[in-house]
Amino acid sequence: MLADIRLVAAKDLRIEWRSRVTLSQVVPFALLVLVLFGFALDANRPVLDAATSGLYWVTVLFVGVMSVQRATAIETTDGARRALLLAGVEPAAVFLGKAVAVALQLLFVEVVLVGGVIVLFDASIESLPLLTATCLVASVGIAAAGTLLGALVAGVRARETVLPILLLPVLAPVLIGATRAFDDALGTVAVDGWAWLGLLAGFGAINTVLGALAYGVLLEET
Amino acid sequence: MSIIRLQAAVALIGRFPALAGIDLEVGEGEVVLVQGPNGAGKSTLLRLCAGLMRLESGEGTVLGHDLATERPSIRRSVGLLGHDTALYDDLTVRENLDFWARASRVDEAAVTPAMERLGVADRLHDVPVALLSAGQRRRVALAAVVVRRPRLWLLDEPHAGLDPSGRDLVDQLVVDAAAAGATVLLSSHEVDRTLELATRRITVAGGTITGDVTDAR
Amino acid sequence: MQEINHTGSRTTRLLGAAVIVGLVALVLLGWFVAPEDDDQQDAVRMIFVHVPSAIWTYIAFVTTAIGSVMWLVRRSVWWDTVAAAAAEIGVLFCGLTLFTGSVWGRPTWNTYWDWGDVRLVTTLILFLMMIGYLSVRSLGGPESATATRAAIVGVMAAAILPIVNRSVEWWENNTLHQKSSLTDGNLEDMTLFTLVVGLIVWGLFFWWAILHRFRIAWLEREIRSSDLDRALVERRAEGEPGASPLEERV
Repeated sequence: MLADIRLVAAKDLRIEWRSRVTLSQVVPFALLVLVLFGFALDANRPVLDAATSGLYWVTVLFVGVMSVQRATAIETTDGARRALLLAGVEPAAVFLGKAVAVALQLLFVEVVLVGGVIVLFDASIESLPLLTATCLVASVGIAAAGTLLGALVAGVRARETVLPILLLPVLAPVLIGATRAFDDALGTVAVDGWAWLGLLAGFGAINTVLGALAYGVLLEET
Repeated sequence: MSIIRLQAAVALIGRFPALAGIDLEVGEGEVVLVQGPNGAGKSTLLRLCAGLMRLESGEGTVLGHDLATERPSIRRSVGLLGHDTALYDDLTVRENLDFWARASRVDEAAVTPAMERLGVADRLHDVPVALLSAGQRRRVALAAVVVRRPRLWLLDEPHAGLDPSGRDLVDQLVVDAAAAGATVLLSSHEVDRTLELATRRITVAGGTITGDVTDAR
Repeated sequence: MQEINHTGSRTTRLLGAAVIVGLVALVLLGWFVAPEDDDQQDAVRMIFVHVPSAIWTYIAFVTTAIGSVMWLVRRSVWWDTVAAAAAEIGVLFCGLTLFTGSVWGRPTWNTYWDWGDVRLVTTLILFLMMIGYLSVRSLGGPESATATRAAIVGVMAAAILPIVNRSVEWWENNTLHQKSSLTDGNLEDMTLFTLVVGLIVWGLFFWWAILHRFRIAWLEREIRSSDLDRALVERRAEGEPGASPLEERV
């Protein structure tokens, strides 16, 4: 099982490294969104300061949708989904492997985005451990929910439009929780960020279990 | 022992009955050519035998496993070459084959001989699959089947898109597989060459079997 | 076979009649009998629509979740159809809840929408997830695949909703919502009575609508499966000698 998870994750990451979609498209897109938020808020420092955490995580959610779409496309373009069934890989291992790969890519983008908000929005890090932990836990939740829903709409013609409709409401708690934790980590609002981590972890755990259970049914059925 | 046994098998694609009641029994070591016009249900029949489709009604077993309840076991032990090649564009030929070998839990040592056999070893093994021609892709997909050493080969139009040497190669693979005791089902429009190859020809039309001829070879 | 051109039955007709009578009674009670509130004046009458539709929204949502589980565990077509019907009626009620809630919020809280309010925001997210559920339902493809996709969305929504609720609750603790209109004992007797009547009337309407929706979906399924018999005959006919010009080649 562990070996299969690693096999699938390594495969997805290698494909990502070869095609460099994250580096050449997703990262620039994410930074662009930050710049657009800057324009939209009219370079108004106090507003920008107060909104930094929220804008950061809205950007991450968009990136999450893109990454999931990409991760799903890898398996659907040439019938690899079917071949995975034929190979007899445990579906839960496929799910976890793909989710790990998505989470790692998200983490990479998040690190770049932290640099982005420091430079563009003049944010400063008050608590690095909290910031790191938030990124880790939130990425797991986004990746798990996204990988499951990505597989759910795979093979459907309208998948590009349906995925955000399904995924974004589901991620609402991540947006709220991670934003609050960041508010603490960046010192913009006095809240207990660590308390929010528990909620994020609960979200991640629920979706990981759900995905591991449901992925097989989806591969089989669709 | 019969390798494939289908009774009144009905399988749907969406709501369309692609297979409308198939009765078929295939014994060990047979090489069966599946013929029929486009849309007759040839590919669906092969996918059903691979355990990739749910039986809507009827019953069947493949390699002794029940089609209704044991499809995962069936899938693990067949080798299917479908219309898709199931290759990752951004990975090289070797990376693709290594991945599928490890995913199928077969010996990776079998990858190199298979690549040599299919003629995709030398200058091709480092090339991302995206850069290959359709025929070369198909050879790689065939290599992936060879690596699995299946007891039941299901080849959907294996000659399609291949050059003459590739087509000869497919014939040779089928002959060798049969000699090693495997059972082969293949669909093909190359009627002449497969007549030589096959021990039996079945004709599929309208999702049913309309003809079944066993050659005395 | 008897021709069916409606989905009514004695039960639904009785239910429907009861809904009409009940609605008339509810309007009379709500408008003329129940007293106006000391603080909210006439606006309090919104409670007779808002609270029942909110409660039935959540009942619909739970029904969809149960139906989803039953499809995944037992492949019960009956439960899958129930889940679909409950989701559709649930979205209707949920929309009504949000609408009446914000209309009510204007005179009492002085705002249509309050982001700090836990139940309001949770219900909105539930509304969005149920819309997602319905869009998955309409994706097309094989029926069993659609049922499985939808069921997974249903289960996921049910699993996540408590977290959504928790997160909104922690987010801003300055909720404007009355703790619970039913149990805080501040309601006038007639208001409480009217509210109970409202709950029952909306409940009757809910079941009336679900029964009809269920029957429509069930009949659609029946039509499709009788289509299958015909399709099988047609499909086999393609294989008859002479049916296909390609035949002689074989």
